[in-house]
Amino acid sequence: MKDCQNGNIKFALPKGRFLSPTASLLDEIGLVFQGYSAKAKQYRVHSTRFPGLAAKILQEKDIPIQVAVGNYDLGICGADWIEEYLVKYPTGTLLKVACLNYGEGDIHVAASARGRITSLNEVSIKRSDCRIVSEYPNLSEVFALDLRMKRFRIFPVWGAAEAYPPEDADLAVLWGRSGAHIAAQGLISLEKLLPVSAFLVANRESLENKDLSHILMCFDSRLGAGPRIRVRNESARSGGSKGGIPSWRAKEINLALPDGHQQGPAARFLQRAGLTLQGYSEQLLRRRPSADLDWLGIKVIRPQDMPLQVANGNFDLAITGEDWLQEHLCRFPSSPVKKLFALGFGAVKIVAAVSQDMPADSIDDLRLLVQSGRLAPPKVASEYINIADRYLCDNRINPYRLIPTWGASEAFLPEDADMLIDNTQTGKTLKQHKLKALDVLFQSSACLIANKNSLASSRKKEKIKVVTHKLRAGLS
Amino acid sequence: MKNQKCKGMQDLLPNDMSRFRHIEDTFRDCCRNWGYQEVRTPTLEYLHLFTATGTLTPKMLSKVYSFLDWDGWSGERVVLRPDGTIPIARLYIDNLGREELARLFYVTNIFTFEGTGKQNRERWQCGAEFFGASRFTADIEVILLAEDVIRKLGIGNDKLQLSHAGLVRALLQEFKLSPAEEARMIDRILEGDWEALAKSGPADPESRRLMAALLNLKGKTSGFLRNVRASFPKTSPDFKSALEDFLAVTTLLDKFGCSYEIDIAAMHGFEYYTGACFQFTAGGEKIGGGGRYDRLVPLMSGGNIAACGFALYMDSMTPLLRPRKEENAKCRILVKGKGVTPEIAERCFALAASIRDAGYPAEIDFTDREESCFRWVIIISGSKRSRFTLKDCVQNRRRDSASVAEILRVVSKG
Repeated sequence: MKDCQNGNIKFALPKGRFLSPTASLLDEIGLVFQGYSAKAKQYRVHSTRFPGLAAKILQEKDIPIQVAVGNYDLGICGADWIEEYLVKYPTGTLLKVACLNYGEGDIHVAASARGRITSLNEVSIKRSDCRIVSEYPNLSEVFALDLRMKRFRIFPVWGAAEAYPPEDADLAVLWGRSGAHIAAQGLISLEKLLPVSAFLVANRESLENKDLSHILMCFDSRLGAGPRIRVRNESARSGGSKGGIPSWRAKEINLALPDGHQQGPAARFLQRAGLTLQGYSEQLLRRRPSADLDWLGIKVIRPQDMPLQVANGNFDLAITGEDWLQEHLCRFPSSPVKKLFALGFGAVKIVAAVSQDMPADSIDDLRLLVQSGRLAPPKVASEYINIADRYLCDNRINPYRLIPTWGASEAFLPEDADMLIDNTQTGKTLKQHKLKALDVLFQSSACLIANKNSLASSRKKEKIKVVTHKLRAGLS
Repeated sequence: MKNQKCKGMQDLLPNDMSRFRHIEDTFRDCCRNWGYQEVRTPTLEYLHLFTATGTLTPKMLSKVYSFLDWDGWSGERVVLRPDGTIPIARLYIDNLGREELARLFYVTNIFTFEGTGKQNRERWQCGAEFFGASRFTADIEVILLAEDVIRKLGIGNDKLQLSHAGLVRALLQEFKLSPAEEARMIDRILEGDWEALAKSGPADPESRRLMAALLNLKGKTSGFLRNVRASFPKTSPDFKSALEDFLAVTTLLDKFGCSYEIDIAAMHGFEYYTGACFQFTAGGEKIGGGGRYDRLVPLMSGGNIAACGFALYMDSMTPLLRPRKEENAKCRILVKGKGVTPEIAERCFALAASIRDAGYPAEIDFTDREESCFRWVIIISGSKRSRFTLKDCVQNRRRDSASVAEILRVVSKG
């Protein structure tokens, strides 16, 4: 009980899909956290029963690594993100304690209903490259190796994996509620890799050295419940419904448009530019909208994924942020992706920020703190890991630890990280979380990027000019 | 001071390097004597070289260091070489594929992740590969070459274990597994899980008897294999052919008086073996292994080229070597400056250069450190006109020498 009383125990709770069922479960077992609900406006919540038990609400993807590194003793998240971590780091300190028996759907391996692949046998005997797109690159790699694929390439994406097959990927490894749900996205499920249930996870050292018994006893009724068994070779094919999905033909010029926060401003910009689109507006999102130019193919994907997709030639043009272009170029300096021009919306600053309590007002101060030993190797949370890595190296911060995040890096400071490198529009969020900017790395706004080879292609350059001319019109 | 070495990596200190070079030199000499030529492959290779069926198992692949290169936006992954043979096969296909026969050898490091960080993640091996070698005589050649190296290194009590991948594959065919199940079963066997094979035993009693006999094969002569052949007259043609091949290898080894133990379960680790395979152990450690891999070059689109080879594991062999005396200890010479004036420094460097030109190693020192590890110490203490003082550390005598020539004359006499 000592640890529960003394504020020694930290619990990572999931945002998003598992928030409501997790809140219900915690309520049911008497482990209520004040403020942990769908309307939660804060990251930090406290147990009403154990004064020493604190929790933080995190992106589900971040929970396995946060528990593994010991920032949290316990956590709840989906089996998909746990396995994504464990297949890469099997000897780490993350332990699955119990399946909590809620959650839905499975991780599927799927191909396009319109493509040539209808079974995994065809994939395993395929002699040419197999392109796999997924938010789960580690699970995808294990799948490809298990299937003894001769040659494969994995494209990690931040989301919208369903939009890629068949033109831009042969297979997608993605979550689906059911075979029908997969089919509704124009795909056929070839195999279920993993059922997605919520799990209670723990840090191994915490289990060995801390008294977690009172908290684990709350889960008593759930402990020992076995996870759903991995199903292999169970085809979840459901006919691959072709109804309701706009057709997609190979087009001469391919343009990627952003979803998420940038969708609204991008749609308004395109309207201003006079590019008439069906299925892409502030309110409406189709993964494959159509344009009034019949040679222009359009897909809507995550802006984070665009530079890589443009580099690979899957798209000739894309509207993304300068921040994501920079992140890509830090990783792949000779990439054939080029910024054509800024589009004048989505302006943010990329900043390095620390807690207001830290005795440093500049990156030079931080370096001195590290060099003098007054600050242990700083932990730096960022969704821009390549920009952060470059920035820290350039500024001779040595050593440091990078913590990749999936957004909302401010939630990590000050307990789980010493510094963040993230974007900010007005600086309001930083102030709300008692943070201060040490440095502005650069300004970023939405921009049009292009594949250099497409720009040089005699077959494409004239039509690219037509599109860029139209988009420039939107600038005024 | 905090240890800053990467987990799982090792430093080789002067004593380690002395033994390392001894292994390397012995191996090189032996290989050259057998007509093998040295090659070297890059540290980075494409991942896809190692992923196809018949190369590395999924478990081994899960431990490779793979990543995207700086220009890896296409998603093509590269690996730190996890195996010695496959890159050599790639080198052969890329550069030497038109030659009917190629005998190649290499000394290289390989990288495999090991979870605890207590064992080496970077390991050194010296290996030899014989391409275009389709007959059992080539199997004998690589076994005898490996034995030659081990013998010349003076590693005693080494044990040779023989297995045959063709026998195992022929046995698996009796199980009537689907291609995918058979691939998974091979993976498990290669990872040492022979229980899996025993548990999914075939239904017919003859195959069950054959499997039990194979798993318990621990004979030490080709006669033993002949008796096995006589005990199982109704085996498949593939099994018979593999057994005949194994018999040819063991019969010739018997004739050379080479002792071995037949242990089918000794085959594990590499999926590319197709015929006779072997491993050497000494002091309870596996110090090397090899075998025939006729399918690897065709799998890598290199044509129908048979091959066999072996690798010796330098990290396992090093502790088994007797400590080596410092090679140059007999004639180590120290040129010692008494004081660090420009004149003394100039005379020290000039004298040391003359000694080296005459073929002796010479160190220079301006400190008061212990001189006991040197055979000769030459002390320079004054202006150009002053003489050298030559100290014989073995006889514990000092004498003044007038010139470099005089010093070299004394040193050459030992």
